[in-house]
Amino acid sequence: MAIIKIKRPKLTLADKLYLPAVIKGLFITFKHAIRAIRGKTHGAEQFNSSGLGVTMQYPETKWDDQLPDYYRGVPALVTDEQERERCVSCQLCEFICPPKAITIIPGEIESDDPWAKVEKRPKEFEIDMTRCIYCGMCEEVCPEQAIYLRDDYAMTGLSRAEMVNDKKRLYEIGGVRTGLVNKWNEIK
Amino acid sequence: MSDTETTQLPKDIAAEKGLVNVQIDGHWIQVPRGTRMIEACKIAEKEVPHYCYHPKLSSPGNCRMCLVQMGMPPRPAPDQAPVYDEDGYQEIGWMPRPVIACANTVGENMGIRTQGELVEKCREGVMEFLLINHPLDCPICDQAGECRLQEFSVEHGKGESRFKEDKIKKPKNVKIGPRIRLDDERCIMCSRCIRFMDEVADEPVLGFTERGTHTTVGVFPGRELTNNYGLNTVDLCPVGALTSNDFRFQMRTWFLKETDSIDTNCGTGANTTIWTRGNKIFRVTPRQNDDVNSCWMPDSHRLNYVCPTDDDRLTAPLIKVDGVHEETCWENAIEAAADALKQFTPSEIAIIASGRQTNEELFMMRTLAAELGIESLAIVAREEASDDMLISADRNPNTTGAQLTLQDKDVAATLATFREGVYQGEIKALFVASENLLEEAGFTKEDLNALELLIALHTSANATAHASDIVLPGASSAEKFGSMVNVAGRLQKLNAACLPPADARSDWEIIRDLVLALSGDSAEQAPQSIEALFQIIATSIPEFEGKSLATLSNLGETITDTGVTIPLVERENQRKAHGEIVG
Ligand code: SF4
Ligand code: SF4
Ligand code: SF4
Ligand code: SF4
Ligand code: FES
Repeated sequence: MAIIKIKRPKLTLADKLYLPAVIKGLFITFKHAIRAIRGKTHGAEQFNSSGLGVTMQYPETKWDDQLPDYYRGVPALVTDEQERERCVSCQLCEFICPPKAITIIPGEIESDDPWAKVEKRPKEFEIDMTRCIYCGMCEEVCPEQAIYLRDDYAMTGLSRAEMVNDKKRLYEIGGVRTGLVNKWNEIK
Repeated sequence: MSDTETTQLPKDIAAEKGLVNVQIDGHWIQVPRGTRMIEACKIAEKEVPHYCYHPKLSSPGNCRMCLVQMGMPPRPAPDQAPVYDEDGYQEIGWMPRPVIACANTVGENMGIRTQGELVEKCREGVMEFLLINHPLDCPICDQAGECRLQEFSVEHGKGESRFKEDKIKKPKNVKIGPRIRLDDERCIMCSRCIRFMDEVADEPVLGFTERGTHTTVGVFPGRELTNNYGLNTVDLCPVGALTSNDFRFQMRTWFLKETDSIDTNCGTGANTTIWTRGNKIFRVTPRQNDDVNSCWMPDSHRLNYVCPTDDDRLTAPLIKVDGVHEETCWENAIEAAADALKQFTPSEIAIIASGRQTNEELFMMRTLAAELGIESLAIVAREEASDDMLISADRNPNTTGAQLTLQDKDVAATLATFREGVYQGEIKALFVASENLLEEAGFTKEDLNALELLIALHTSANATAHASDIVLPGASSAEKFGSMVNVAGRLQKLNAACLPPADARSDWEIIRDLVLALSGDSAEQAPQSIEALFQIIATSIPEFEGKSLATLSNLGETITDTGVTIPLVERENQRKAHGEIVG
């Protein structure tokens, strides 16, 4: 590899003293401070600020409605437009999950269920959020488009057990997603 | 070749040995005359994808997946001498059309191509036809992960379907028997299940109805697939059309670990694969051993296993204090057992071993008896009618092993004396391993209550354990290493698929520790590993001489001739001799 010699920039006296640069910086800071006090900061509105500058007073104010569609928050299960649980417990997500955060106990759908023809659904579905690394592999691998990383990002708990999302909780977080897989519709 | 006259041609060399020369993908090999082309390809380590062919069943050749290209030397004109190349082979004239490899046999100087454009095109075509009506069920299909259709789709299928019409609908989730579910949409009409029920199970209840794409497999009207060998059709089915109710939706196969072991439900000792995840057994399937169980296994045996997660498992040593069992540690339990046994004279103690124990455990039982100064110990006989298939009349898996290790031809004889002794009050202390005395052994509850000391070594909290003063939790057959000898005199190996639950341990170690506690010897004087113990057996019992557990193949080895044969295997050998199956 060729060697590239870099020449040090030649510093003027002003540069060497530092002081002019410090004063320049302070000037910018004061300019913004005055603007903030006068309520004239750029972007205050779209960042949902509390009024003083762009600072968002989390968690009193949140920017949840600013989250992009592709935001990768807590993974959760979704139901379809007919309120059918999409997951058929194929356990591919359990297999792919790098930190082994997912545990599924598969089960059979009872024959009197309206969705009995789907045959299979998870009996238990747990995602351990102390393990999850929000990689999105589960979403990518799911053949039924049943698991998504939704927009929850503030997952907290006081014990390890609280950090495990069970099936009920996963459907609460996940909600409904419409119009993707149409395999289980009448015309197959 | 200048000296054709003096040098033998390859065909003559092969013919002397009953072989023929076959060129497979450009390489010449010699295979026995009459070998199926598909088997010859297997010998040459070339895979020929197939669905309907199974070496233990007749070959109807109906799936067409095994199409290969074949060629033979052109027939010479009447006055033309065959021409041999410098290696002594004739030139192969390739046929323009493919042939099925499963039902055709090889011939001298035959050429087979398992690769190439023609073969590839055939496979792609067959796959496309098989998939036009196939449902997209893989996420809910138990076969996924071990499905031949999935596998060959990856290799020879298209990424998407060109079939734009509506798929044919067929019955799904049909209960065709107490243990089996049928999904007709997934069936690829290979007829393996039909042939198995007809040819091996000898209860033809399955058949095809309808024609063309509407062909449907089903049970005969008014019949059910209740046969005790029915679940073998589930193993045979190359797709997920037949699934087992027992394993249905329990676990995906790719999570399961396979361990080679043997069935311990009867003296045949069918070779098995135990499928586990974590410390739980999910299924047991037969493993091919042509001398023991071919590829099959009875349903009643494969569904009957002891799992570490079972509710009734003993998980800690127990000592009865004032009529209540209390958990204790192994040191205490062994010491208490040894101290208690020392209170009795040899004639007051009886030891009941079991034909369900491994050779190693039985040998330790014998050591224990010797240590206590007892002359004989008994096992509990389990004789029932054989089913004339695989289930042996001897329902103990290791009676032969007990006869060898205990050096006693009639190992069950003394049991009646023991029973009488307990009844008369002459026998006051009883050590029992792997048996529930209230079952086949024929003891009554009163007998057990009359005993001054009862020590039970078992896996489950059964009635005997409840009545015992000291309970030692042992390992089930899926949780231990060891060996057994089947009714035909074959030494076979058990491999541990799981760990015993909680504090339970391998039985041989428990008995060893008890012997040590009785003798007061230091631990180094006893075998430290199952292999070390096996070596002691190998030096003291002639049949075991020179054997080693570590090097014993998972297919086992015959060590003694008992003259007993396995009916199903005998029949299969006959069919093979008659050329009905490849075998
Ligand atoms: S996002 Fe990644 S780590 Fe989290 S559950 Fe899904 S696969 Fe597992
Ligand atoms: S991959 Fe999808 S369908 Fe399969 S178990 Fe996970 S969420 Fe359910
Ligand atoms: S039979 Fe095979 S290809 Fe068909 S649904 Fe089942 S796993 Fe998929
Ligand atoms: S059910 Fe299975 S074994 Fe029977 S014909 Fe269909 S694919 Fe073959
Ligand atoms: S395997 Fe040869 S036709 Fe089916």
